[in-house]
Amino acid sequence: MRTVLDPTGERQASARELLPRPETLRGRSVGLLDISKARGDVVLDRLAELLAADGALVRRYRKPTFARTAPVDLRHEIAEQCEVVIEALAD
Amino acid sequence: MRLPDGLVAVVKRDCPTCVLVEPVLRRLGAAVWCQDDAGWFDGDDTELELSYRLGIETVPTLLRVADGAETARVVGWSREQWAELTGVPDLGEGLPEHRPGCGSLSVDPFRVDALEARYGGSGLASRRIELAELEDEHEALFDRGWTDGLPVVPPTPERVLRMLRGTTRDPAEVVAVVPPDLVECTVEKVAVNAVLAGCLPEHLPVVLAALEAAAAEEFALHGLLATTYFAGPVVVVNGPVAGRIGMNSGVNALGQGNRANATIGRALQLVVRNVGGGRPGEVDRATLGNPGKFTFCFAEREHDSPFAPLAADRGVAGDAVTVFAGSGVQPVVDQLSRDPASLARTFAACLRVNAHPKLPMAFDAMLVVSPEHGRVFREAGWDRARLLAELEELLTLPADELVRGAGGMAEGVPAGLAGADLPKFRPGGLLVAHAGGDAGLFSAVVGGWVSGETGSAPVTREVRA
Repeated sequence: MRTVLDPTGERQASARELLPRPETLRGRSVGLLDISKARGDVVLDRLAELLAADGALVRRYRKPTFARTAPVDLRHEIAEQCEVVIEALAD
Repeated sequence: MRLPDGLVAVVKRDCPTCVLVEPVLRRLGAAVWCQDDAGWFDGDDTELELSYRLGIETVPTLLRVADGAETARVVGWSREQWAELTGVPDLGEGLPEHRPGCGSLSVDPFRVDALEARYGGSGLASRRIELAELEDEHEALFDRGWTDGLPVVPPTPERVLRMLRGTTRDPAEVVAVVPPDLVECTVEKVAVNAVLAGCLPEHLPVVLAALEAAAAEEFALHGLLATTYFAGPVVVVNGPVAGRIGMNSGVNALGQGNRANATIGRALQLVVRNVGGGRPGEVDRATLGNPGKFTFCFAEREHDSPFAPLAADRGVAGDAVTVFAGSGVQPVVDQLSRDPASLARTFAACLRVNAHPKLPMAFDAMLVVSPEHGRVFREAGWDRARLLAELEELLTLPADELVRGAGGMAEGVPAGLAGADLPKFRPGGLLVAHAGGDAGLFSAVVGGWVSGETGSAPVTREVRA
């Protein structure tokens, strides 16, 4: 019997159920996260217009840099204030 | 196993002293275990478990046992000592008074790691995975997703124990928190991945230092892994450790063929992959990547360098690693410059195109100066600071050439910057190292990644034993 040692972090990601998709965004808080990629604001500005026209309450957020993960405080703020989040991931 | 009371001996048939004392042992009626011939005496210790557990270093070893516990021990043959231990006078008629024993197989350097892994309560915390009899062990490691696409060395417990002898650090010590999964990585886990990578134990301290450096906040390892850009960690090693462990700073220093260079860089990447969970196509979203993401590690050529060691210039003298977020190698050819001003202009021209000739301050770079180019600076008395100062001046670019649309290229800086002068590199964004073979008027630009506070800053850390 050959035995080897596990080189991994030996972690198992906990499976989480997705929340049900909202029927409508009217009256909902929708966060738009700009990750600071060039021209991400162009997409998000237009989305904000369209969402506002649909009656959504739009909140804007911005990561300091796309090269690093979002600061913990920012993640908490978004989780506290929003029901739906849209992230502008790339340029 | 409980030892029988009375006399117990461990021997091996390959040992002339053991053969010499065979009649004595039979006359004494000792319970004898043999290490290399299961049929010589009643006791079979060809698995060496008893020898290991009793800590036998020499054969023959004769023990007296009472209530299952050892009360006396002699090694080799000595008539006087054997008589004293057994209480039987005039033993071994015709034998010499003394005869030293032989080394026990249980301390044979080629066996001791396996014995420690099997019987030693090794203290290894990693999950043990048993491969099925019919599994090809190399295919099994591919199947489990533990490789970078090349074969790896199976991380058996004995290999990991041997690897851990390369450091004095506690296997349970946490070296770094490795992204993207933010897993606390112990010295032991680094050792497991160093085995996979093909490292020798003496390489482990450098791997540990490289991981500590790469996990520093300012290096931004998570972003470096996740980016669509080309970059991965490049490791530059300074200090006597590089020569001691056989690293290459000379011919083909950035290429293949040197075990230490190849496996240290690879071990760091395997830690990110296996411990951190950073895999291409998952969190690693590189558009193209670069071959240096398998491994990119070299030693700086210090003995005839015009520059102080890179790490020393960055505040860590002696054995140290510097990690840099690098994106592959761009050749720099200049076979005609014989004075430093001309050669600096060549370097500046080649560095200007880093990522894009119209993008300033966005991306770092490392310039690797070869010995034949380095000689020009050494003979002119230019150190690193002088060369960097010269390059900074040459690489201060008029924004009019860089604005969007200039030169018929949409890429560039916003039009509002027109009229300004912009530096190609942020302060500290250009590293200079010295490496390569004796011949060749070539240097290299290793393109970087998004620089400084918005991206990655190079990090230097001491290599500790």
